[in-house]
Amino acid sequence: MDQKLEHVGKRPIRPDGVDKVTGRAKFGADFNLPGQLHGRILRSPHPHARLVSIDTSEAEKLSGVKAVVTRDDFNDQEMKLVPAGELMVNYHDLVRNIMAREKVLYQGHAVAAVAATRASIARRALKLIKVEYEILPHVLDVEEAMSEDAPLLHDWMHTVGVEPRPEKPSNIAKRVEFGHGDVDKGFAEADVVIERTFNTQPVHQGYIEPHACVASMSEDGQSEVWCTTQGHFQVRGFCADLLGLDQSSIRVTASEIGGGFGGKTAVYLEPVALALSRKSNRPVKLVMSRSEVFLASGPAPGAKVQVKIGATRDGKITAGQAVLKYQAGGFQGSPVQPGAMCAFAPYDLENVQAIGFDVVTNRPKTAAYRAPGAPISEFAVESVIDELAKKLDIDPLDFRLKNAAREGSKSSYGPKFGPIGLVQTLEKAKAHDHYQASLGKDQGRGVASGFWFNAGGDTCVNLTVNGDGTATVVVGTPDIGGSRASMAMMAAEELNLPLDKVKAVIGDTAALGFNFVTGGSRATFASGMATVNAAKAAKAEMCRRAAKIWDIPEEAVEWEDGSVKPAGENAGEFEPMSLKEIAALAPKTGGPIVGMSQINAQGAAPSFGTHIVDLEVDRETGRVTILRYTVLQDAGRAIHPAYVEGQFQGGAAQGIGWALNEEYIYNEDGLLENPNFLDYRIPVASDLPMIDTVIIEEPNPRHPYGVRGVGETPIVPPMAAIANALENALGIRFTDLPMSPPKVLAALDA
Amino acid sequence: MVHIVLGGQLKQYTGGQNQLEIDASTIHQLFVRLEKRFPELGPHIEGGLAVAIDGQIYQDSWFEPISDENEIHILPQIAGG
Repeated sequence: MDQKLEHVGKRPIRPDGVDKVTGRAKFGADFNLPGQLHGRILRSPHPHARLVSIDTSEAEKLSGVKAVVTRDDFNDQEMKLVPAGELMVNYHDLVRNIMAREKVLYQGHAVAAVAATRASIARRALKLIKVEYEILPHVLDVEEAMSEDAPLLHDWMHTVGVEPRPEKPSNIAKRVEFGHGDVDKGFAEADVVIERTFNTQPVHQGYIEPHACVASMSEDGQSEVWCTTQGHFQVRGFCADLLGLDQSSIRVTASEIGGGFGGKTAVYLEPVALALSRKSNRPVKLVMSRSEVFLASGPAPGAKVQVKIGATRDGKITAGQAVLKYQAGGFQGSPVQPGAMCAFAPYDLENVQAIGFDVVTNRPKTAAYRAPGAPISEFAVESVIDELAKKLDIDPLDFRLKNAAREGSKSSYGPKFGPIGLVQTLEKAKAHDHYQASLGKDQGRGVASGFWFNAGGDTCVNLTVNGDGTATVVVGTPDIGGSRASMAMMAAEELNLPLDKVKAVIGDTAALGFNFVTGGSRATFASGMATVNAAKAAKAEMCRRAAKIWDIPEEAVEWEDGSVKPAGENAGEFEPMSLKEIAALAPKTGGPIVGMSQINAQGAAPSFGTHIVDLEVDRETGRVTILRYTVLQDAGRAIHPAYVEGQFQGGAAQGIGWALNEEYIYNEDGLLENPNFLDYRIPVASDLPMIDTVIIEEPNPRHPYGVRGVGETPIVPPMAAIANALENALGIRFTDLPMSPPKVLAALDA
Repeated sequence: MVHIVLGGQLKQYTGGQNQLEIDASTIHQLFVRLEKRFPELGPHIEGGLAVAIDGQIYQDSWFEPISDENEIHILPQIAGG
């Protein structure tokens, strides 16, 4: 990446900043339509029950109620897998998750929905719906759910991935396995073998903006949906399939988004709002309360993980093995597969095996959360790595460096790695002054590394050169982390325009071809690639226009420094024309100048990171205070370094919450006791120090500017880094998350 | 003939073989011929599989060329949060 760049790599002010700080930006719940009805959802009070009957007659009679929908308003669906975020979604399960059918599978599972002229009427109507439940025994713990005598959630579920196929149904949806070599041989060659078992709890993405939408279907079946989502094209597809509509009849507009982190790749409200609107022929608004977000939208799974790693005395890992048991929630589809693939990815191992089980439990269906599955498995592996390093008396960064994956290493999930930046993160961590700083009493330091694949996928961008010489970029990946700024910067770079002359907007589903979700750290990579392609197409068109004007062959015109000019002396003598001059002549030379790009972006490259954390333990209260935190990660190329740093810091902050405080707390009746931010404690600014960042740039050779994608990896290392720091401070190895004050106190008292 | 390695549980649908030789010059040909030889792989191919060619992962990219000089791994598809 040696080109001279005007915009890429700079830190311009964010273009969406003014709207956001002045309150003008419209988030999901800010949108309203005339004549709009208020929707409310009746949710199950039981974690597991058969739905014997649902009587909505009294609710329908209530004045002001315009529509009531239940399972009968959604067509049953066949078992069909479609990609959704990082997970394959099964339509049979999806229709049952948005509206319970035969059974309710978790507290908060939707049972019916009402649309009324006032919210108070809708709430009253919910109370008039009579639901007869046959209460069934429930199961929350993943290992209990795997046992032979566990309450069965789905009598049709037989474990996939086991030969021969089990005849008896069970709660184990799937078994996966990745690896190579011979782990038994590897362990036999080891001088030291450490085996540990870890427990993690479900954690929510904690986006500040709840799920919200307005849906409007007219009498002729044409629909519009406005919603907060990471993938409005996916919302359109799901609504069409679940309600038997044509995709062309539904137009979905993505609002500004107040956080998603993977959780808004799932769909909960939009098909229900559309079903209510279809019945009432009125716009219907649905907004989740915070408790509904906790009860009914997907967290990351809780899990039980066993890890065994062996190494020689000189610090060479001979074998690594992991068994992962992930809670999927009420329906199959936990991220255990990527968890198994990522578990040992930072290491170049001859003998490695990761086995995973996807297990249904009476909890909300899990959804994607930054690097889905990886934080859990890598927490366990990175904890054991640290313990091994200590036992071998080797510096933990040196131990990682000795075994680190490099270009050409065979990954633990199969293929060889291309150019990757893990070693650079480890070397820069070792050289960082944070790693050399002294520690005080009851203070400890920990390090951990992390990995995520990153992704590409279907992407479509239109770039219009306006008549005044400005440009508008229409992108189809909702902007969660500043992607509009990055797209504008890449377009400005290609077109040699000042940045304030380029505006990037998110187009609705009728404006562009299909775009896969903003997820997998793909937006800047894939939409960026499409934006560059679209700008190149616009430049080529401007060269064609100049060729016509000058009456010379197209190939005799070239683009240089924001102007078209003759390609050489033989092309003729013409004064170069600027983009603005060509744009002004567009009506006379062939009409609007538009560059388009429709791609299935390939060439995504993984991102590795290493974190260093210093913490202090209050021995009286068990509180852990993060004193200093440094994230070092390979970004490939940071288009807007401030946004990249923001992703590093945000991922680390969420990982710190996962490590120290966050958990779903259920009582013995299977009911969630902390569905609010008062009792489910995410870190706030006063809990955290300024998180320092080091951007490492090992360019992705498959992206025009070297982008890898950065949003997922930074949530992977914090849990292990903090557990390793606690061990360093107290000499106690914590294997259960969260490492909250009661657990720290109990460990200190043990 | 292209040498391919099946990742994850896919060998369950190929009679236990996780390494195969297939005559194919594109990912699409590879999928068509794999499905013909191992019909149980069909739903998984339709549901979406990734193909790593010399370490570079391709998803839904049928016409990517492959040859006997490439190292080919077939994997589950990957996206993210």
